[in-house]
Amino acid sequence: MKQFSPGWTLIRIYTILVYVFMFAPIVVVIVLAFNPKQFGIFPMEGISLRWFIKLAQNESIIDAFKNSLVLGSLTAVISTGIGILAALAFIRFEFPGKNTLNTLLLSPIMIPEVVLGVALLLFLRFLQQPKSFVLLLIGHVVLTLPYVLLIVQARLVGIKKEYEEAAKSLGANAFETFREITFPLLLPAILAGALFAFTISFDDITATLFWATAQNQTVPVKIFSMLRNSISPEINALGAVMIVLTVTTPLLAGYLSRKFSKIKD
Amino acid sequence: MKSDSWKPWALLAPSMSAVFLLLVIPVCFIVVYSFWLRAPSGADIPAFQFGNYGKFFEDFFYPKILIRTIRISFETVILCVVMGYIPAYFFYRSESRYKKIFLLLIMLPFWVSFIIRTMSWINIMGDSGLINHFLLKIGLIESPISMLYNEFTVLMGLIMYLLPFMVLNIYVSLEGIDKSLLEAARCLGCTEWQAFREVTLPLSLPGVSAGCLLVFVLTAGTYLPPMILGGPGNDMIANLIFKRVIGTLDWPFGSAISVILLSLLFVIVWTYNRYLGINQIFKSLQGN
Repeated sequence: MKQFSPGWTLIRIYTILVYVFMFAPIVVVIVLAFNPKQFGIFPMEGISLRWFIKLAQNESIIDAFKNSLVLGSLTAVISTGIGILAALAFIRFEFPGKNTLNTLLLSPIMIPEVVLGVALLLFLRFLQQPKSFVLLLIGHVVLTLPYVLLIVQARLVGIKKEYEEAAKSLGANAFETFREITFPLLLPAILAGALFAFTISFDDITATLFWATAQNQTVPVKIFSMLRNSISPEINALGAVMIVLTVTTPLLAGYLSRKFSKIKD
Repeated sequence: MKSDSWKPWALLAPSMSAVFLLLVIPVCFIVVYSFWLRAPSGADIPAFQFGNYGKFFEDFFYPKILIRTIRISFETVILCVVMGYIPAYFFYRSESRYKKIFLLLIMLPFWVSFIIRTMSWINIMGDSGLINHFLLKIGLIESPISMLYNEFTVLMGLIMYLLPFMVLNIYVSLEGIDKSLLEAARCLGCTEWQAFREVTLPLSLPGVSAGCLLVFVLTAGTYLPPMILGGPGNDMIANLIFKRVIGTLDWPFGSAISVILLSLLFVIVWTYNRYLGINQIFKSLQGN
């Protein structure tokens, strides 16, 4: 009944409008990427792939893509690795100062990325090291670690300790227990955490702009430097490629994991 | 199990050392650097003096930016609540088969780079953007009106960035409400509106306030929307930091501004935690 009341209709219209607001910029980027014209944005006259072709021929953009992919993958692996260990410590053990330490590990979420960017750069300057790929990597690990930790912890709480205890009582050592019991059960959260870490790293601009150099540009940094001249169809095309990449990856992963779990059943 | 007490520490060692080395110590460095001097040659001289802070509060130029940052952050928070509560409520009450898809869609912008979402407002509000094109076409205007590079567009960019956080926080706390409470209220003679006002709204406030804190903190620390969508008069404090550190390489002053920003956020988070507790925020982020 309530689904047809006038109040509910208003709520629906409002929600749809909010969606339009949220998605307009994203849709417009993708549409305009196919704009054949050199200048001006609207109106569009026809559809063309020329900007995508131009992107594929632009070596500095290809390099930025490679950088972003390597950086995102390494960030995901490292961040998830140390995140799993920390989550195990927080959920499976009791020790003094647990809550404080948990808050400390989650704190990068609440610290502005600008400050994080300046802080790490300043530290590097003090150590008299030049900006490098390693700086980007360790920076991104710090940025993504809290999210991985939150996701893995949430899942670990739901895995009964009894399973692990049963394995141990049957003679498995701690590592075997983890490999055979905890890890498989934790896998969806690990994948989700890794994907999340990858996307955050791949998309990040605020802190990355402090850490990147001309040799170590990521795609968002490249877009930022291209924006200096004003917006162009080429930027939109690059944006469209990024959107497709970062949006389809998690959707595909979700789909595949569901498919595989069905096969197992 | 006494002999096990070393195990959690071994598991925590990598992440703890990462956060200590890459976050705690560097932030301490900011504080130390903020007391240093900058030589005219550009070199940093170790010192203990408050000159950098003095420079910030010397005249109205910098405090005005600080106040603007706080004002814009509050505006963003309010707009996000206004725009975010109803969709969150819609997800909560909807019995549609597509509810899950709707929820997934609202999270989708999380996966799209901040810079793309920000710069795309130029596509929409620029002189030859979508809105101007539409208005010209229907003959409402003769020549394009310039809408970009003011506080309004900065706010648009900020909301675009932060609204999903708000919706998610509110939705998580709405989902936590026992639906039988609503039925009870209805049975006792409440109208739909009364039930909402007396039961749902108060019980969802923890999510609203958690969303507000998150949005405030993230707004106060961002520089991208003012940089791309704002004019010269729309700089926020993070823009100032960026300009000092990347532009003029004035590390001591940049550090001092960072410390001022951190102190502002610390006071807000501390007050919030004191009265409301901070864990709600992390609760909603787990759903991501």
